[in-house]
Amino acid sequence: MADLHIPDALLVKNYVEGNENALATLIKRHESKIYGFIYSKIADRDISNDIFQDTFIKVIKTLKSNSYNEEGKFLPWVMRISHNLIVDHFRKTKKMPMYRETEEFSIFSIMSDDCLTIEGKMIVDQVEIDLKKLIQELPEDQKEVLVMRMYQDMSFKEISELTGVSINTALGRMRYALMNLRKIIDKHQIILTN
Amino acid sequence: MAKIYSKKTLASKDLKPKKEVVSFLLSYSQALKVVKIDNKSFEVIAN
Repeated sequence: MADLHIPDALLVKNYVEGNENALATLIKRHESKIYGFIYSKIADRDISNDIFQDTFIKVIKTLKSNSYNEEGKFLPWVMRISHNLIVDHFRKTKKMPMYRETEEFSIFSIMSDDCLTIEGKMIVDQVEIDLKKLIQELPEDQKEVLVMRMYQDMSFKEISELTGVSINTALGRMRYALMNLRKIIDKHQIILTN
Repeated sequence: MAKIYSKKTLASKDLKPKKEVVSFLLSYSQALKVVKIDNKSFEVIAN
Protein backbone atom coordinates (compact mmCIF):
# COMPACT_ATOMS: atom_id res chain seq x y z
CA MET A 1 0.00 0.00 0.00
CA ALA A 2 2.96 2.28 0.71
CA ASP A 3 3.74 2.05 -3.02
CA LEU A 4 0.68 4.20 -3.75
CA HIS A 5 2.39 7.23 -2.27
CA ILE A 6 5.53 6.94 -4.35
CA PRO A 7 5.22 9.30 -7.33
CA ASP A 8 5.39 7.86 -10.87
CA ALA A 9 8.60 9.74 -11.58
CA LEU A 10 10.38 8.02 -8.69
CA LEU A 11 9.05 4.60 -9.70
CA VAL A 12 10.29 5.19 -13.24
CA LYS A 13 13.69 6.18 -11.87
CA ASN A 14 13.80 3.07 -9.66
CA TYR A 15 12.81 0.89 -12.57
CA VAL A 16 15.49 2.34 -14.83
CA GLU A 17 17.99 1.64 -12.06
CA GLY A 18 16.97 -2.01 -12.04
CA ASN A 19 14.10 -2.32 -9.60
CA GLU A 20 11.66 -4.58 -11.46
CA ASN A 21 9.00 -4.22 -8.75
CA ALA A 22 8.65 -0.56 -9.70
CA LEU A 23 7.25 -1.62 -13.08
CA ALA A 24 4.72 -3.92 -11.41
CA THR A 25 3.57 -0.99 -9.28
CA LEU A 26 3.33 1.33 -12.30
CA ILE A 27 1.28 -1.23 -14.27
CA LYS A 28 -1.01 -1.94 -11.32
CA ARG A 29 -1.54 1.77 -10.73
CA HIS A 30 -2.45 2.66 -14.30
CA GLU A 31 -3.70 -0.59 -15.89
CA SER A 32 -7.41 0.15 -15.63
CA LYS A 33 -7.04 3.69 -17.00
CA ILE A 34 -4.92 2.61 -19.93
CA TYR A 35 -6.84 -0.58 -20.67
CA GLY A 36 -10.16 1.26 -20.29
CA PHE A 37 -8.96 3.92 -22.72
CA ILE A 38 -7.95 1.29 -25.30
CA TYR A 39 -11.17 -0.67 -24.82
CA SER A 40 -13.27 2.48 -25.25
CA LYS A 41 -11.86 2.84 -28.77
CA ILE A 42 -11.53 -0.81 -29.78
CA ALA A 43 -14.51 -2.47 -28.04
CA ASP A 44 -12.87 -5.88 -28.26
CA ARG A 45 -11.26 -7.45 -25.19
CA ASP A 46 -8.66 -9.56 -27.00
CA ILE A 47 -7.45 -6.79 -29.31
CA SER A 48 -7.40 -4.39 -26.35
CA ASN A 49 -5.20 -6.85 -24.46
CA ASP A 50 -2.86 -7.05 -27.44
CA ILE A 51 -2.61 -3.27 -27.70
CA PHE A 52 -2.11 -2.95 -23.94
CA GLN A 53 0.72 -5.48 -24.18
CA ASP A 54 2.35 -3.73 -27.16
CA THR A 55 2.07 -0.41 -25.35
CA PHE A 56 4.01 -1.67 -22.36
CA ILE A 57 6.56 -3.48 -24.50
CA LYS A 58 7.35 -0.06 -26.00
CA VAL A 59 7.41 1.49 -22.54
CA ILE A 60 9.80 -1.19 -21.26
CA LYS A 61 12.11 -0.89 -24.27
CA THR A 62 12.23 2.89 -24.04
CA LEU A 63 12.87 2.90 -20.31
CA LYS A 64 15.51 0.17 -20.51
CA SER A 65 17.38 1.98 -23.26
CA ASN A 66 17.36 5.20 -21.18
CA SER A 67 15.56 7.11 -23.95
CA TYR A 68 12.77 8.38 -21.73
CA ASN A 69 12.90 11.97 -20.54
CA GLU A 70 11.18 12.21 -17.23
CA GLU A 71 9.00 15.28 -17.12
CA GLY A 72 6.57 14.00 -14.57
CA LYS A 73 4.20 12.86 -17.27
CA PHE A 74 4.41 9.10 -17.25
CA LEU A 75 0.70 8.37 -17.71
CA PRO A 76 0.11 10.87 -20.57
CA TRP A 77 3.18 9.44 -22.30
CA VAL A 78 1.89 5.85 -22.02
CA MET A 79 -1.57 6.98 -23.17
CA ARG A 80 0.06 8.63 -26.19
CA ILE A 81 1.80 5.37 -27.09
CA SER A 82 -1.44 3.39 -26.78
CA HIS A 83 -3.28 6.05 -28.83
CA ASN A 84 -0.71 5.69 -31.63
CA LEU A 85 -1.06 1.90 -31.53
CA ILE A 86 -4.86 2.22 -31.72
CA VAL A 87 -4.49 4.42 -34.81
CA ASP A 88 -2.11 1.83 -36.32
CA HIS A 89 -4.65 -0.90 -35.61
CA PHE A 90 -7.43 0.97 -37.41
CA ARG A 91 -5.13 1.73 -40.32
CA LYS A 92 -4.29 -1.95 -40.68
CA THR A 93 -7.89 -3.13 -40.54
CA LYS A 94 -9.20 -0.48 -42.89
CA LYS A 95 -6.50 -0.89 -45.46
CA MET A 96 -8.07 -1.44 -48.85
CA PRO A 97 -6.65 -4.09 -51.14
CA MET A 98 -4.85 -2.45 -54.03
CA TYR A 99 -5.14 -3.67 -57.59
CA ARG A 100 -2.89 -2.70 -60.41
CA GLU A 101 -3.76 -3.30 -64.03
CA THR A 102 -1.39 -5.62 -65.88
CA GLU A 103 -1.44 -7.29 -69.28
CA GLU A 104 -3.06 -10.43 -67.88
CA PHE A 105 -5.34 -8.69 -65.43
CA SER A 106 -7.87 -6.05 -66.34
CA ILE A 107 -9.25 -3.83 -63.63
CA PHE A 108 -12.66 -4.10 -65.28
CA SER A 109 -12.83 -7.80 -64.44
CA ILE A 110 -13.52 -6.87 -60.82
CA MET A 111 -15.18 -3.50 -61.45
CA SER A 112 -18.67 -3.22 -62.78
CA ASP A 113 -21.42 -0.64 -62.78
CA ASP A 114 -24.94 -1.33 -61.68
CA CYS A 115 -26.51 0.02 -64.86
CA LEU A 116 -28.30 -2.44 -67.07
CA THR A 117 -27.04 -3.12 -70.54
CA ILE A 118 -29.23 -2.19 -73.50
CA GLU A 119 -30.32 -5.82 -73.74
CA GLY A 120 -31.10 -5.91 -70.01
CA LYS A 121 -33.20 -2.74 -70.32
CA MET A 122 -35.18 -4.20 -73.20
CA ILE A 123 -35.85 -7.37 -71.20
CA VAL A 124 -37.02 -5.37 -68.19
CA ASP A 125 -39.33 -3.29 -70.40
CA GLN A 126 -40.75 -6.44 -71.99
CA VAL A 127 -41.35 -8.06 -68.58
CA GLU A 128 -43.17 -4.89 -67.45
CA ILE A 129 -45.42 -4.93 -70.49
CA ASP A 130 -46.18 -8.67 -70.11
CA LEU A 131 -46.92 -8.24 -66.43
CA LYS A 132 -49.35 -5.37 -67.06
CA LYS A 133 -51.19 -7.54 -69.58
CA LEU A 134 -51.42 -10.37 -67.03
CA ILE A 135 -52.77 -8.01 -64.37
CA GLN A 136 -55.56 -7.03 -66.73
CA GLU A 137 -56.69 -10.69 -66.66
CA LEU A 138 -57.31 -10.56 -62.87
CA PRO A 139 -60.81 -10.11 -61.37
CA GLU A 140 -61.64 -6.42 -60.87
CA ASP A 141 -61.46 -6.36 -57.03
CA GLN A 142 -58.08 -8.11 -56.94
CA LYS A 143 -56.66 -5.99 -59.75
CA GLU A 144 -57.72 -2.84 -57.92
CA VAL A 145 -55.87 -3.78 -54.71
CA LEU A 146 -52.76 -4.95 -56.54
CA VAL A 147 -52.47 -1.81 -58.64
CA MET A 148 -52.97 0.45 -55.62
CA ARG A 149 -50.38 -1.45 -53.60
CA MET A 150 -47.68 -2.07 -56.22
CA TYR A 151 -48.03 0.83 -58.65
CA GLN A 152 -49.47 3.57 -56.47
CA ASP A 153 -47.46 2.55 -53.40
CA MET A 154 -50.43 2.82 -51.05
CA SER A 155 -50.60 1.12 -47.67
CA PHE A 156 -53.23 -1.54 -46.99
CA LYS A 157 -54.85 0.88 -44.54
CA GLU A 158 -55.21 3.50 -47.28
CA ILE A 159 -56.47 0.87 -49.73
CA SER A 160 -59.10 -0.35 -47.26
CA GLU A 161 -60.30 3.22 -46.62
CA LEU A 162 -60.51 4.02 -50.32
CA THR A 163 -62.24 0.82 -51.40
CA GLY A 164 -64.49 0.62 -48.34
CA VAL A 165 -63.41 -2.88 -47.28
CA SER A 166 -61.54 -4.04 -44.18
CA ILE A 167 -57.76 -4.28 -44.13
CA ASN A 168 -58.04 -8.07 -43.90
CA THR A 169 -60.19 -8.19 -47.03
CA ALA A 170 -57.70 -5.99 -48.87
CA LEU A 171 -54.85 -8.28 -47.72
CA GLY A 172 -56.86 -11.33 -48.84
CA ARG A 173 -57.51 -9.79 -52.25
CA MET A 174 -53.80 -9.04 -52.66
CA ARG A 175 -52.99 -12.64 -51.72
CA TYR A 176 -55.48 -14.02 -54.24
CA ALA A 177 -54.26 -11.59 -56.89
CA LEU A 178 -50.70 -12.91 -56.52
CA MET A 179 -51.88 -16.54 -56.48
CA ASN A 180 -53.93 -16.00 -59.61
CA LEU A 181 -51.02 -14.27 -61.36
CA ARG A 182 -48.82 -17.27 -60.59
CA LYS A 183 -51.54 -19.60 -61.90
CA ILE A 184 -51.83 -17.66 -65.18
CA ILE A 185 -48.04 -17.62 -65.57
CA ASP A 186 -47.84 -21.38 -64.95
CA LYS A 187 -50.79 -22.16 -67.19
CA HIS A 188 -49.39 -20.30 -70.18
CA GLN A 189 -45.81 -21.20 -69.32
CA ILE A 190 -44.77 -17.57 -69.49
CA ILE A 191 -41.17 -16.82 -68.60
CA LEU A 192 -40.74 -13.53 -66.78
CA THR A 193 -37.11 -12.87 -66.10
CA ASN A 194 -34.43 -10.25 -66.33
CA MET B 1 -39.06 12.57 -19.71
CA ALA B 2 -35.86 14.10 -21.03
CA LYS B 3 -34.27 12.17 -23.84
CA ILE B 4 -30.66 11.16 -23.39
CA TYR B 5 -28.83 11.56 -26.66
CA SER B 6 -25.38 10.64 -25.47
CA LYS B 7 -24.26 7.06 -25.85
CA LYS B 8 -23.10 5.24 -22.78
CA THR B 9 -19.35 5.24 -22.79
CA LEU B 10 -17.59 1.91 -23.09
CA ALA B 11 -14.83 2.89 -20.71
CA SER B 12 -15.31 1.65 -17.22
CA LYS B 13 -13.07 1.76 -14.19
CA ASP B 14 -13.44 -1.96 -13.65
CA LEU B 15 -11.82 -2.84 -16.94
CA LYS B 16 -8.48 -4.49 -16.53
CA PRO B 17 -6.14 -6.35 -18.82
CA LYS B 18 -5.78 -10.12 -18.46
CA LYS B 19 -3.54 -11.32 -15.66
CA GLU B 20 -1.54 -13.29 -18.22
CA VAL B 21 -0.75 -10.10 -20.12
CA VAL B 22 0.56 -8.33 -17.01
CA SER B 23 2.57 -11.36 -15.94
CA PHE B 24 4.04 -11.65 -19.47
CA LEU B 25 5.06 -8.00 -19.35
CA LEU B 26 6.78 -8.42 -15.99
CA SER B 27 8.64 -11.53 -17.20
CA TYR B 28 9.56 -9.79 -20.45
CA SER B 29 10.89 -6.83 -18.51
CA GLN B 30 13.01 -9.11 -16.33
CA ALA B 31 14.39 -10.94 -19.34
CA LEU B 32 15.12 -7.89 -21.47
CA LYS B 33 18.41 -6.11 -21.43
CA VAL B 34 19.23 -3.23 -23.72
CA VAL B 35 22.92 -2.78 -24.39
CA LYS B 36 24.17 0.37 -26.08
CA ILE B 37 27.37 0.20 -28.05
CA ASP B 38 28.50 3.14 -30.19
CA ASN B 39 25.05 4.73 -30.55
CA LYS B 40 23.56 1.36 -31.48
CA SER B 41 21.30 -0.43 -29.06
CA PHE B 42 21.03 -4.19 -28.84
CA GLU B 43 18.19 -6.02 -27.21
CA VAL B 44 19.15 -9.16 -25.34
CA ILE B 45 16.45 -11.49 -24.11
CA ALA B 46 17.54 -13.94 -21.43
CA ASN B 47 15.78 -17.26 -21.46
